[in-house]
Amino acid sequence: MASTGIRIGGLGGQGVILSGIILGKAASIFDGKNATLIQAFGPEARGSACSAQVTIADAPVAYPYVQNPDVLVVMSSDAYTQFIPTLKADGLLLYEEELVTPKDLPPGVKAYGIPATRIAEELGRRLVLNIVMVGFFAGVTGVVSLVAAEKALLSSVPKGTESLNLNAFRRGYEHGRSLVGAA
Amino acid sequence: MTADPKGVLTGVHFLDGDHAACEGALAAGCRFVSGYPITPSTEVVERFAQRIPMVGGVFIQMEDELAASITMLGAVWGGKKVMTVTSGPGLSLMMEHLGLAYITEAPCVFIDVQRGGPSTGLPTLPAQADMMQVKWGSHGDYEIIALVPDSPQECFDLTIKAFNLAEQWRVPVFLMMDEVVGHMTERVVIPEASAIEITERRWTKKAPGEYRPFDACADGVPAMAKAGDGHRIHVTGLTHDERGWPALTPKSQDKLIRRLTNKIRDNADALADIREDQCEGADVIVVSYGITSRVASSAVLQARAQGLKVGHARLVVAWPFPTTRIAYLATQCRAMVVPELNLGQMVHEVSRAVAGKVPVRLVDHAGGTVHDPKVILDCILGAAR
Repeated sequence: MASTGIRIGGLGGQGVILSGIILGKAASIFDGKNATLIQAFGPEARGSACSAQVTIADAPVAYPYVQNPDVLVVMSSDAYTQFIPTLKADGLLLYEEELVTPKDLPPGVKAYGIPATRIAEELGRRLVLNIVMVGFFAGVTGVVSLVAAEKALLSSVPKGTESLNLNAFRRGYEHGRSLVGAA
Repeated sequence: MTADPKGVLTGVHFLDGDHAACEGALAAGCRFVSGYPITPSTEVVERFAQRIPMVGGVFIQMEDELAASITMLGAVWGGKKVMTVTSGPGLSLMMEHLGLAYITEAPCVFIDVQRGGPSTGLPTLPAQADMMQVKWGSHGDYEIIALVPDSPQECFDLTIKAFNLAEQWRVPVFLMMDEVVGHMTERVVIPEASAIEITERRWTKKAPGEYRPFDACADGVPAMAKAGDGHRIHVTGLTHDERGWPALTPKSQDKLIRRLTNKIRDNADALADIREDQCEGADVIVVSYGITSRVASSAVLQARAQGLKVGHARLVVAWPFPTTRIAYLATQCRAMVVPELNLGQMVHEVSRAVAGKVPVRLVDHAGGTVHDPKVILDCILGAAR
């Protein structure tokens, strides 16, 4: 039975938890799989280390934590340093390439970067960098389907911001598809 | 009867346990919550405060937990289905009013989202260390019901069950969550209102002149009067007679306290809810509850993969403790393993029920996170030898 452990790390205010919610919702409500989200954050509302752990599986999820993720998504340098040792030996790293420099990358790890903040700024709001990352995740991994991810996205963002978020998602998705050589 | 559609958010949601418990309360007909927000339970009251104006009801943020729990009891006699929500430090303050709720037979629900203690302990991190406090923390002899969910879906389902049991038995009912279950997000299916069974308050059919507020029906539970219908009631924390008036004698104490405790003790087997998985013919049975049951099930699967016969019994109802069933399971295995996020609480109840028939091994944990499944696995392997 397939199971994918995902760790998303960044700073409070970047939308780390929302990214996890969108992925979990896409898998568990719209793709018909099971998903469990665990969140960890410091006492500060903004700027402290923040991370989400998402398990997406065909079978119900028993142990809810992700000790050694299959996929690590990082939006801050600190998150990279903290979580890279936990990534599986043949794991996948997705990173915000202008915020994170993947130093001493373990040899078996595949890594893909995206200038998510720059793309978000081009779209008019830096705030949607997390949605660019969600699209990037969907594009590179295929762990959540495009249709499910877009439905989950639209049901999770504030009214009036749908087209901005959808554009952010699609830019990330297309960037991801092009890096893995998909048509 | 079935649920009032106004409180039922029918659909498929991706919710954490705290939010799901709030939706369970609204679906169950809870229309009054007084609380003093505390991590990791805050999201329950936060959502209730946001939702209740649309549903029709009251949320009051009180000045502290004593005020929250006593205000809740006032609303019971005003006719509402009620709840308060807290975590360990607040629960300690509420112990006084737990006793008052019990002796006045006020149907009410306490949600306790457990965090590491004692005192302020670990505000944002899990434990299961209030399990004995809810049973023994208030003074005097008393019995409560405590339900222990292990997922957001169960937070929804068991909150409804908690309200129904509170009305059926007129006792305080606890939903014993923990920080992980409270903040863990999963799919939660909320059915149509017409598919949710609700226990209505037991209202008296007696005329005002004939009604005695603590005159029990055959099952030991008295009916309540609707405020404003003309019945005269007297409610006191003192030992009282059927009229509710103080009756401070050994005889009335014996009569009242035995009736109150027997409501639960005589029905302990019927109240038991244990989810058993391959317990028949098992060499080792793991007894667990709450979030730890999910960690334990991971260890159980690994042990079975190594060829061991391992059963898993999950307590959905922790109090009253299912003594009869655990005693039976002890005759079916060679050892029991009890993992819990404390340094040994429910394991004492398991040992009492097992009564020396087989060894009982505790896998303890001081809290702050969940067990590493490997530690539980090692204990299972050791017990199987």
